[in-house]
Amino acid sequence: MKRDLALLLGILLALLAALLLWALHATLALEPGPRLAELASARLEETGVSNPVTAVLLNYRAYDTLLELAVLLAALLGIWSLGPAPAGYQRSGPALAALVDWIVPLAILAGGYLLWVGGHAPGGAFQAGALLGAAGVILRLSGEPSAGLPGEPAQRWLVVLGAGVFAVVGGGLLASGFGFLTYPPGQAKWLILLIESAATVAIGVTLTAAYVGGRPGSGTAHNGTGQSRTVQR
Amino acid sequence: MPTLLLLFDLVLLATLIVLALATVLSPEPRRAVMLFIAFGLWLALVWARLRAPDIALAEAAIGAGMGGALMLAAARRAAHRDEAAGGDGDKRA
Amino acid sequence: MSAQFLYGGAGILLFALGLWSLLVHEALLRKLIAINIAGGGVFHVFIAIAYRGDTAPPDPVPHALVLTGIVVAVSATALVLALHRRLEQAEESAADAEGRSESASASSAAPPPRTPTERTPTERTPTELTPADLTPADLTPETLHPETPHG
Repeated sequence: MKRDLALLLGILLALLAALLLWALHATLALEPGPRLAELASARLEETGVSNPVTAVLLNYRAYDTLLELAVLLAALLGIWSLGPAPAGYQRSGPALAALVDWIVPLAILAGGYLLWVGGHAPGGAFQAGALLGAAGVILRLSGEPSAGLPGEPAQRWLVVLGAGVFAVVGGGLLASGFGFLTYPPGQAKWLILLIESAATVAIGVTLTAAYVGGRPGSGTAHNGTGQSRTVQR
Repeated sequence: MPTLLLLFDLVLLATLIVLALATVLSPEPRRAVMLFIAFGLWLALVWARLRAPDIALAEAAIGAGMGGALMLAAARRAAHRDEAAGGDGDKRA
Repeated sequence: MSAQFLYGGAGILLFALGLWSLLVHEALLRKLIAINIAGGGVFHVFIAIAYRGDTAPPDPVPHALVLTGIVVAVSATALVLALHRRLEQAEESAADAEGRSESASASSAAPPPRTPTERTPTERTPTELTPADLTPADLTPETLHPETPHG
């Protein structure tokens, strides 16, 4: 019965896939109309960065990225509202600890490099923030319960830093007569770098805090990981 | 030369789809998550081939890396839960 | 053109595969992996459409959209996993509380021996007895004719 249902669903979804394939084929056969790509590359010099993806993310569609940071923040607030963080893992042995001592600074350094290079080559705030988050995950896995994050008040400030700086820059530009997130000519590069730096730190802290998986600073959950459970029983 | 490139594309895509199939069809959670991480990394490789290095970096770091780490923790918890339920089922009653 | 169709088609296949797995499998982690694979397929279609051959630069607008999508997908995944863990904790504490009350009430009478195949004895409420619950020791007049009939 269940197998029949799976088979039926498979056939239906194969039909759907065939339909989508036909639609894709028909779309690609059409003459491409006016594309955004030409427009985006034509005015690339005015955006303050030479990497077109960064230009789209932080100049043309900057509000999109602002809302994305807001989504990230909302997800973390949801996670924090579900209770305190579970207990961490047991301390790593000396070999892993030595490796962690090397990897974490290197990840942070590589994150800084990716942030800077994002202006003119592949990279940017999200990739850099993900590297910071990876450093936090490694710290947590090696037995650091806080995953290298500061205390609760500082953590709250760091988490809103990205969306906050973004909104403050946008609001300031609006107040000085340019329009929301419309950078004045010649200053786009530094404003984008400011926003990206704040966003990198915020993304790194948010991803790490999401991995820790609970409200910080209020002790550990009574029933978190399997280890703490087996200790209890 | 184009046929060689086409062959390369086909191998790349066939591996991608086989990895996705293996991920979807594996019932053991830890195995499924590890295959999912491999799938994400391979997807990043394919995107690098499609001249999207920014997105390839992001997928490798965020999609496969962070997502995989989150899911691995969940899979580990699920395995512990199964063990606990199977191990002390008689102790509980 | 042909490369666009080839890669876009692979993205569509991944999407269908993920959707199928989402509908067919029951475990939450497998559903979550399925959603992520379906999302990967959608991203793949975007990247394939943005690809303009090896000579022309690709379209940066879909790339930026996909970058946004990846981050949103991971934050949704993290939130779902946190919700799942909270749900498990709630179930576990409910099961523990029920187990305690069950053992307290059963300590006056003789506790019925549990079959080893029964892993989670407290997921059902104690009054809902199925034939698997009934061992010969349970076949007393009370269990065969419960005071409050139901079902």
